[in-house]
Amino acid sequence: MTYLLLALILWLALWALNTRLANGPSSETRAVSLAIPLIFGATLLAIWELVVRGLDVPLVILPPPSLIAQTFATQTAILWADFVQTFVKGALTGYVIGCAAAFLTAILVDRYALLKAGLLPVGNFMAALPIVGTAPILVMWFGFDWQSKAAVVVVMVFFPMLINTVAGLGETTAMQRDLMRTYGASYAQTLTKLRLPVAMPFIFNGLKISTTLALVGAIVAEFFGSPTLGMGFRISTSVGQLALDMVWAEIVVAALAGSAFYGIIAAIEKGVTFWHPSQRT
Amino acid sequence: MRNVSPVLMVVAVLLALWYLAVPVMNIKETVTQLERGGAQVVPASAQERRGAGHFGLVAKNTFAIPATFVQDRPRLPAPHQVGAELWDGVVGKKITSKRSLVYHGSITLSATLLGFAIGAGLGILLAVGIVHSRVMDKSVMPWAIVSQTIPIIALAPMIVVVLYSAGLQGLFPKAVISAYLSFFPVVVGMVKGLRSPDAAQLDLLKTYNASTAQGFWKLRLPASMPYLFASLKIAIAAAMVGAIVGELPVQGGGLGNRMLTGSYYGQTIQIWSALFAAAILAASLVALISVIQRGTLKRMGLS
Repeated sequence: MTYLLLALILWLALWALNTRLANGPSSETRAVSLAIPLIFGATLLAIWELVVRGLDVPLVILPPPSLIAQTFATQTAILWADFVQTFVKGALTGYVIGCAAAFLTAILVDRYALLKAGLLPVGNFMAALPIVGTAPILVMWFGFDWQSKAAVVVVMVFFPMLINTVAGLGETTAMQRDLMRTYGASYAQTLTKLRLPVAMPFIFNGLKISTTLALVGAIVAEFFGSPTLGMGFRISTSVGQLALDMVWAEIVVAALAGSAFYGIIAAIEKGVTFWHPSQRT
Repeated sequence: MRNVSPVLMVVAVLLALWYLAVPVMNIKETVTQLERGGAQVVPASAQERRGAGHFGLVAKNTFAIPATFVQDRPRLPAPHQVGAELWDGVVGKKITSKRSLVYHGSITLSATLLGFAIGAGLGILLAVGIVHSRVMDKSVMPWAIVSQTIPIIALAPMIVVVLYSAGLQGLFPKAVISAYLSFFPVVVGMVKGLRSPDAAQLDLLKTYNASTAQGFWKLRLPASMPYLFASLKIAIAAAMVGAIVGELPVQGGGLGNRMLTGSYYGQTIQIWSALFAAAILAASLVALISVIQRGTLKRMGLS
């Protein structure tokens, strides 16, 4: 009971602190706008810990964060091997192949009006479909190892990336295109000097959406068959053994990898599209 | 009509490619089968065939091509096989039958819709909170974004198992996953939409001495509708993915379950037909929202 009371008090106290910070005079500074979400996250973790202890929640339902951290620290070797198998081999390979293929297809689609009129509605349609469903088929074709995971990732990231790139390539205004024409610029020059730079915010949008999809695709594909290694494999077997602390440790890895991947792409975007209004502060 | 013909052309090309790929993908199994049946195949021994390329085998065994389209468990089923299985699953079986795609589809659909309703509802509420409260904007919004970089679908089996051991089973665990996936696009779209009225419009309401509630109901909410519908379309597609993945670890049926059992028993045609059933279902849900969107925006005079 005391644990629960403590949790409630903690919640009220930190929420009050955050309210003060957010409405205070220095709320726009970098430090404060970073501190507020961090405090919120820490509050949630602390309350999780306290509630699990206070209510004696069985470990097979929800392990406390401290236990997850402990598992994470002691099982680093397994977690690292899983990470390499699923993320580096499966997700990253598929991500690079899929995004590159979609990018080249987009340039081709953009070049020919017929392809644009025909392929784009199909691409839009495909992007809304439950593509993870192709996982069992691709696992059957490419075997249990990481190649099949990379194939699932390729299929998953292809359509969002294609749609975003095509949309970006159509972003130039008539005035800009006319200017290039008065310079006597060739198609290739217009593409590299005007249209690709203008398309960059859209391309990066596609790249960012694809980071999450890549990780999801690689993990879900492992549910349909994998070597005795990999994050998806570990999650499904650990759930079977009711070793939920291991599952959560694996989720922490996935969350860290996903956020870091997203962060890296966002950082590159910042460097490439420094001229865009959304990047200027 | 002008917009339809290129699409039809692309679809026709894709179908043609599919048909061309079928003999290449299935040739090895087909040739082996025909050889067991006593036919003369080139090369004759299984050992030589193992190293041979797929294209070479097709070229040398042209007589086997028709047989590649009627395999029982092909590596790549032909479009008409998938179509026949789909038709049989939808029309040919009783709706209560465990082999009916309508039965499995309705399980997936109910989980999708429940999850979508929960997710969209929570998303709208959260967006209203974020727009009106600085604390929520600053503390919750970053986490809503981070939460999407976590591959939540990976959690699906665990959520289902945990909720099962907590006494909940059936529709609800799948709906939780659907809700989680569909809530984020709604939050982002709705926050954008509720903030879309410009300063002049907000100032006008201020000169009318309108309260915050009036400003919300009369200006912000109507202005957010185009954004809301755009994100609802993304959300329902995501909810469908959530429901399908949520069905993988449970035995209760559903399209995802159909795919998994198909992959266990090598029933490729079954996987493909379940996949297409899911695709058709997802596409009709998105189309349904488009229709509602058009009707609503027309009545509001926004389109």
